[in-house]
Amino acid sequence: MAAINGGKGGDDALERYILPVLGIASLFAVWALASGSGWVSTKFLPGPGAVLAEIAKLTQEPYAGSLLQTHLLASLQKFLASFVLGAVVGVPLGLLMGRFRPMDKLIGPLFEGLRFIPPIAWVPFSILWLGTGFMAPVLVIFAGVFSSCVVNAYSGAKLADKAVLEAAQTLGAGRWITLTEVLIPAALPQIVAGLRIGAGFGWQSLIGAELIVGSTGLGYLIIQGESNLTSTVVIAGMVAIGVVGAAIDYVMRRIEGRIRRNWGK
Amino acid sequence: MRREYTNAGSTLTLSAPASPARKGRPKKGNGMKTMRGYTGAAALALLVLIWYLATGPFELVRSVKFPSIPDAYAALTYLIQPGYAGATLLQHIGSSLGLVLLGFAVAILTGIPLGILMGWSKKADAFLNPIFQLIRPIAPIAWIPLTILWFGLGMSAKVFVIWLAAFSPALINTHTGIRNVSAVLMEAAKVHGASSRRLLWSIAIPSALPQIFTGLRMSLQACWMVLVAAELVGSFMGLGHILIVATRDLDSGMIFVAMACIAILGVLMSVLLGAIERRVIPWRR
Repeated sequence: MAAINGGKGGDDALERYILPVLGIASLFAVWALASGSGWVSTKFLPGPGAVLAEIAKLTQEPYAGSLLQTHLLASLQKFLASFVLGAVVGVPLGLLMGRFRPMDKLIGPLFEGLRFIPPIAWVPFSILWLGTGFMAPVLVIFAGVFSSCVVNAYSGAKLADKAVLEAAQTLGAGRWITLTEVLIPAALPQIVAGLRIGAGFGWQSLIGAELIVGSTGLGYLIIQGESNLTSTVVIAGMVAIGVVGAAIDYVMRRIEGRIRRNWGK
Repeated sequence: MRREYTNAGSTLTLSAPASPARKGRPKKGNGMKTMRGYTGAAALALLVLIWYLATGPFELVRSVKFPSIPDAYAALTYLIQPGYAGATLLQHIGSSLGLVLLGFAVAILTGIPLGILMGWSKKADAFLNPIFQLIRPIAPIAWIPLTILWFGLGMSAKVFVIWLAAFSPALINTHTGIRNVSAVLMEAAKVHGASSRRLLWSIAIPSALPQIFTGLRMSLQACWMVLVAAELVGSFMGLGHILIVATRDLDSGMIFVAMACIAILGVLMSVLLGAIERRVIPWRR
């Protein structure tokens, strides 16, 4: 990375270790001070210690019907089911739209319109169509995952090297072979990028949906904490949401990185 | 985007849309814009036809699940005239738009300067970035319950979450934009004796502008999504409020109208931002 401000070698340790640690430390210090000194009531902002204790407690005693890990698992299950569904429908549709013009022209405009509806706005129809049970958030997550899968698979297929595609066809590759051996590999990095973005959207939409409907999951946990006015539970749940979100992002980035490396050669 | 082929019978090929044999014949003339308009209109007409047939004569879908065209029209007129969920359509839209614009403005005023600072000074970056990275994985939507605890169900809670959602894309993209300013350009300016203030204002910020606008576009989308979520969770007014009241009433027509409004306003806002972008960065295009 080009150093714009001409950092000297001596600043290296400062920038690499001291300042980051100082940054994190000051975040926690301000947090602990704000709640510990009584400047902000602990009712609204419990200190880091109280939140940690609450997390430990939540893994032992059920809150909002289940233990923290059960809520987490419930959220993950819903997420994975809808993520797979969104990918399985979205990626092929995007590839088809990128490859076949009639498909693009027919579906493209409708898709463009639907894309501007935030996934969370599907909650009402999700409730009307799928009820308020385990399935309720599925449509919402699907909407989040689906559109970024379509968009990225589409541009992957569009950007695929025309010459290579035509060469394959000239050499007698059938439609199926062209698709599986040429188009999909060419579009793969883009497809995986779409999956990663979709996973982020999907996770966030799931939490949003769980705030509104359902009786399990991390979103449900924090909204229950809110209605019982227990901010420790709310913040503990937020920490869990953040950890899972970061883990999903990390896994997807690893996969993406591996594919990009293999394709780079 | 190149679209040189036409497909006159696009409405008829629905049964076998994937058939590559129907590539259509190449056609010259007839600007591609009008062609796109035609196929778009045809696709829309087809959709309306399917909607009409499924909810009307064939009764494939019950009106509790999805409204028929008259249902949706009735919901729209009802929403405009006597109003629904405590206010008329215009008042709901005004409330939602006001909140988004306020949150977005605050995010611009905080995210961009902080992004510039972090992109410009390595020390500030080293100090602030870890804090930011620690908080960022928590989805903005997950802040909604806490902000309700802090601020109640009124405006300030929503402005806060909207700001939170819009803040990160604005900051990240500004940061990358400033970081990726061409080193050659900077060196050249330095050689010619530019002060570091001039370097920032005349070189770094202008060259980062396209990336900054990319961030703003993502911010705007995030704002709109979080606003709807916040209004769904708890509110007295706004498009999300219509959605949640209509869900309780099992009024699919009203849900449809509110969703359509959300989509249309989303499109309008991003078009507006695009127009501003072209004004601010005339050299790019």
